[in-house]
Amino acid sequence: MKERDFKIYRGDDERGELVSYKCNVSEGMVVLDVIHKIQAHQANDLACRWNCKAGKCGSCSVEINGKPRLACMTRMNELEEDKTVVITPLKSFPVLKDIVTDVSWNYEQNQKIKPFTPSKKDTEKGFVMMQKDVDRVQHFRKCIECYLCQNMCHVIRDNEGKDKFAGPRYMTRLASLEMHPMDKADRIEDVKDVHGSGMCNITRCCTEVCPEEIQITDDAIIPLKERVVDRFYDPIMMLFRKLFGKKKETTS
Amino acid sequence: MTLTLGEFSMLDISGIKRLQFDVLVIGAGGAGLSAAISASQEKDIRVGLICKSLLGKAHTVMAEGGMAAALGNVDNRDDWKIHFRDTMRGGKMLNNWKMAEIHAKNAPKRVRELEHWGAVFDRTKDGLINQRNFGGHRYPRLAHVGDRTGLEMIRTLQDHGIHQGIDIQMECTALDILKDKSGKVSGIVCMYRETGEFIVFETKTLIFATGGAGKSWEVTSNSWEYTGDGYGMAYEAGAELIDMEFNQFHPTGMVWPPSVKGILVTEGVRGEGGILKNSEGKRFMFDYIPEKFANETADTEEEAARWLQGDKDARRPPELLTRDVVARAINTEVKAGRGSVHGGAYLDIATQRSAEDIKRKLPSMYHQFKVLAELDITKEPMEVGPTCHYFMGGIKVDAETSMTNVDGLFACGEAAGGMHGANRLGGNSLSDLLVFGNVSGVEASKYARKLKSIPKSDDEDIKRIIKSATSILNREKGNNPYLIHEDLQKNMQYNVGIIRTKDEIVDGISKIDDLKSQFKDVKAAGTSQFNPGWHEALALRNLLISSEAVAKSALLREESRGAHTREDFPSERKEWLEYNIINKKGKGGKMETIKEKRSNPDPELQRIANSSIEDLDKEVKLDHKK
Ligand code: SF4
Ligand code: SF4
Ligand code: FES
Repeated sequence: MKERDFKIYRGDDERGELVSYKCNVSEGMVVLDVIHKIQAHQANDLACRWNCKAGKCGSCSVEINGKPRLACMTRMNELEEDKTVVITPLKSFPVLKDIVTDVSWNYEQNQKIKPFTPSKKDTEKGFVMMQKDVDRVQHFRKCIECYLCQNMCHVIRDNEGKDKFAGPRYMTRLASLEMHPMDKADRIEDVKDVHGSGMCNITRCCTEVCPEEIQITDDAIIPLKERVVDRFYDPIMMLFRKLFGKKKETTS
Repeated sequence: MTLTLGEFSMLDISGIKRLQFDVLVIGAGGAGLSAAISASQEKDIRVGLICKSLLGKAHTVMAEGGMAAALGNVDNRDDWKIHFRDTMRGGKMLNNWKMAEIHAKNAPKRVRELEHWGAVFDRTKDGLINQRNFGGHRYPRLAHVGDRTGLEMIRTLQDHGIHQGIDIQMECTALDILKDKSGKVSGIVCMYRETGEFIVFETKTLIFATGGAGKSWEVTSNSWEYTGDGYGMAYEAGAELIDMEFNQFHPTGMVWPPSVKGILVTEGVRGEGGILKNSEGKRFMFDYIPEKFANETADTEEEAARWLQGDKDARRPPELLTRDVVARAINTEVKAGRGSVHGGAYLDIATQRSAEDIKRKLPSMYHQFKVLAELDITKEPMEVGPTCHYFMGGIKVDAETSMTNVDGLFACGEAAGGMHGANRLGGNSLSDLLVFGNVSGVEASKYARKLKSIPKSDDEDIKRIIKSATSILNREKGNNPYLIHEDLQKNMQYNVGIIRTKDEIVDGISKIDDLKSQFKDVKAAGTSQFNPGWHEALALRNLLISSEAVAKSALLREESRGAHTREDFPSERKEWLEYNIINKKGKGGKMETIKEKRSNPDPELQRIANSSIEDLDKEVKLDHKK
């Protein structure tokens, strides 16, 4: 058991400050445990979101020492011993209270996506799809909607970008639908016009923070951009192709 | 309407926001989403859905292993009859017969429907939905996606549901049910967590898909949401709670480090071949095979190994016995001093499967242990122990309509009781959510259609509900809700845990009484905006009602059956098979706990459940030929 120093953002979108707390930390504790302990004993009204405490629901996203992380999957012993741990809300979304942000913009993006549209109905046996043809789709579907990638994407950080680009999470979802062997809807025009794939300039910052290690940029966004280019035009993708050649897709 | 200090004394609710529905679903896990979707398919039915968290975060995401359905994709000997028989035997024959039948018959249809809504299950070699083995299931039966089946289910329902015209209200807590003069459901008072603003939903029907009350125990796999809100509200409205003594302790929760104690380790680990060992290195489950399952369980390691290789003549390993059996076995080993370093058992998959297989079949388990326990499960055994997981009991419903004894109030999923009897089989929960979510959505719509207009609520009731919520904030000083909750959890863990005796339960009940009076003076500091202390205090009432019902039922049931183990009555007693235990609010406001005689089962269902497995296999073979 060791006493450690913390600073947690308290306040709302307009006003707020970093408040200092001390908390005893024992073996195996994660940052979310610390937040809960402070909540139970020092600040009953400290707002935070969480559900599963096991990295599966994507509720507890915050910034820890400036890095977007899941609070429930960040062990205290990963963080430097003698340094104050600073916990702040996600930067890309408005603060509701303390470290809880308003993520409703993400739900709005999802709503705009054409839903799964089965190409045939087989209620007797179900679909016939080979495992190798769904591997990539399943990889995308591991997403826990933590929005850490959304938070990280510089296009979305810039508020105006929010009107133009759905962000890496929804590029991943679009890719999972487009690559689903039994889906018949066409979303390529939407990918470009509604969801703004052209805004992404392949910096890969989103991929770096994904707790599910989804290859967002390489496996989802680039193939989507390829499809857009094949039909329309994407300046960044044209340049990318010039530099690296056309990438072959493994899954159709 | 945001209430601040002092305002509540002259409560004026004329400005309060009101919304109208035909069917309003409370809870947006698998059951709630299914219910809302099926109601939305009905003509001219206005459907609402409210959830305590953000949409898509409910505890269903934690379900790992899969959903049980006799699709017969991996082993075509499977059939609804065998699934039904397994479910009844797993539930120690205390299940609601009709519900178990409806479940087994409809699960395959619902799983395929989910696939048509976009779920991408793991595939067999022929490209069909793959199915895995699980405790208590005779044949490989669980449709799954690696070890994140619950996430797949909730995301699929979510992404499908948002296009069905359902009005979804997030981070909204339900406080209490409203009824009209004749006792029909007329609405519900809720509060937005973000602002603390109150809202009245006026509705012809309510479907409670509110989950269980796993947060009553200290070691639990449940998140903050599982505070028995549905039980508490339904009870207060006059509904009956059934089978509340049956609380499933999942045999394998994490035990180390302390901060993750209780987090679920999927039964899939054992389904994929994981074995349980004690500190002496002994594979102890062979010593705990109950008489009833002896015929169907391997008695040597050699036979168990053959089964894992896919030998259809070999019997299943004892690690796959039902959850109650495995949980008690681990408990006994630990008590006898043969526990693991941190007081659990060793669960070893490393020596049974290649590292590559483990990472592919159990990716989130691999990840979970790596990050939270700094342990590589492809190299070392995990330490596991029982953790409170699931309420078999719940709100009593009619098997065919999911309606409670309160007109217009329906319940499904973990919130409803009866389907699983004394013990639930793994994998039967996700399928239950789909099957009865669907039933309740359809039936609530039918009921709603019969009413010309929404029954009228009494404003005085609305005021009373709001006042009792705001008084927690307005009190000058009082008890810390977190500490009351901690005490309750300790009490339930110690006095009404896995192994129960009369004296301890009696102590437990008197402690609950104590906590109930402390709760009367509970105080949350701060304002009404996103205030977890206040939310915790509001949940306490429901936790206390749930815990009281559990304890009182546990005291009354003087036998051990399924998940309910009484040290002072160590075996099943035949006479108790005839009764369910019911809790309801009695006259004078006290909880009444009574024995209720079960009705006689349909003789055909009884015959199927009691058939020997050999006979039933033969019968199914004939059925399939037809
Ligand atoms: S790769 Fe694209 S989506 Fe990802 S952070 Fe960069 S710009 Fe955003
Ligand atoms: S893609 Fe990864 S980082 Fe983005 S929301 Fe999903 S899980 Fe989170
Ligand atoms: S609490 Fe679910 S991901 Fe952290």
